[in-house]
Amino acid sequence: MIPLVSFRNVSYRVGGKDILRNLNLDIAAGETLVLLGRSGSGKTTALKMVNALLRPSEGEVVVEGVPTSSWDSIRLRRRIGYVIQEAGLFPHVTVAENVGLVPRLEGWPPEKIQARVQTLLEQVGLPPAQFAARYPRELSGGQRQRVGVARALAADPPLLLFDEPFGALDPVTRVELQRQFLELRRRLGKTAIFVTHDVREALLVATRIALLHNGRPVVVSSPAEFLRAQGEEARAFLSCLDSTVAPA
Amino acid sequence: MTPDLAREIVDLTLEHLVLVGISMGIAVAVAIPGGILLTRRAPLQGWVIGFANIMQTVPSLALFGVLIPLPFIGGIGKHTAIVALVLYALLPILRNTLTGILGVDPAVRESAVAMGMTGRQLLWDVELPLAARTILAGVRVATVTTIGTATIAAAIGGGGLGVFIFRGLASVDTTLLLAGAVPAALMALLADGGLGWVERKLSRA
Repeated sequence: MIPLVSFRNVSYRVGGKDILRNLNLDIAAGETLVLLGRSGSGKTTALKMVNALLRPSEGEVVVEGVPTSSWDSIRLRRRIGYVIQEAGLFPHVTVAENVGLVPRLEGWPPEKIQARVQTLLEQVGLPPAQFAARYPRELSGGQRQRVGVARALAADPPLLLFDEPFGALDPVTRVELQRQFLELRRRLGKTAIFVTHDVREALLVATRIALLHNGRPVVVSSPAEFLRAQGEEARAFLSCLDSTVAPA
Repeated sequence: MTPDLAREIVDLTLEHLVLVGISMGIAVAVAIPGGILLTRRAPLQGWVIGFANIMQTVPSLALFGVLIPLPFIGGIGKHTAIVALVLYALLPILRNTLTGILGVDPAVRESAVAMGMTGRQLLWDVELPLAARTILAGVRVATVTTIGTATIAAAIGGGGLGVFIFRGLASVDTTLLLAGAVPAALMALLADGGLGWVERKLSRA
């Protein structure tokens, strides 16, 4: 099967510093690949190459069989949903307008956009009657992030990118949103690349985990195999799992 | 107040308004697109803002004087006055356009680009609406300053309410002085209040 996204010998350098080194990775349709790593491991850099926010210094990223350098970057980005920490919602327009943005850019008729917005808000658990006309500042962090997810899904893209989407949320809300992520994945069967530094989150949402360390993948495996991984960096991450201090 | 004085107040107030209106129109038409362009050309920012800063530090009476001997833009009359007023008004508008657009949350800008907005859509749908309030604040400051500075235009034959002020100063006539100063002050207050109201309207959206 042809992978939906391929990293081929991808390197990225800024000011003589290697952020990514010789990354080779295939992401098949329907997978949720988690890029796990510490801050500065290169995971966000790798993610931003998929929708051409960054260009590789060497090698190429291939999306749907075409290198990103040959894609019209506007077309490419409209086929890829993007969810970031703090959602990045437009503060000056309503929830409905935020969610309907890509369909509007794509020139959908207004009735179709409105119907789509309704469906999406329901899917992410925000009743449209209550939320459609609100502004982002009138929402909680978790609600904003739900709107961010709805916005990414709006034009029904085959691929979704998540950059630490739940990183800034309180633990209870985070778990709620992780559950919803799994639920949506089961229902919609989208391909996703998901960046996180939280090993629990990685094990929960991934179908495959790529652990990056200093710009290199050190482990690429299923979550079950990852639990048995032996490398130093993998052990360091796995040790976070049993670091919970039991009450005396 | 004689009917003649009253009529002259009306005439000179209108002339003053035209002077300010034309100058602000040109300044806005130059400084807003200029500021937008500058957000895309980082290396130029220092130079242009520097030039606009220097223009503001030149005492207004001196600037009017300096312009008189220049060909095309100089000479005695309204157009020289307008050139000077435009030079003064540029800085606040330019600076606020730049600050307003550069102040847009990077996460908002990034998600706009990542969703496939073109440069033009990013500007019109995201950057300008979010910067509108700051830009308008710059226009407000520039307008109020221009109304005041325009009184000096009379010194080089530019007309306006300054005519009363200079005449009043020359003949030590307080009535004439007030006939120029009071309408100018009222005009500045009205402009400040009006533009401030629009600004608050924008900030609520």
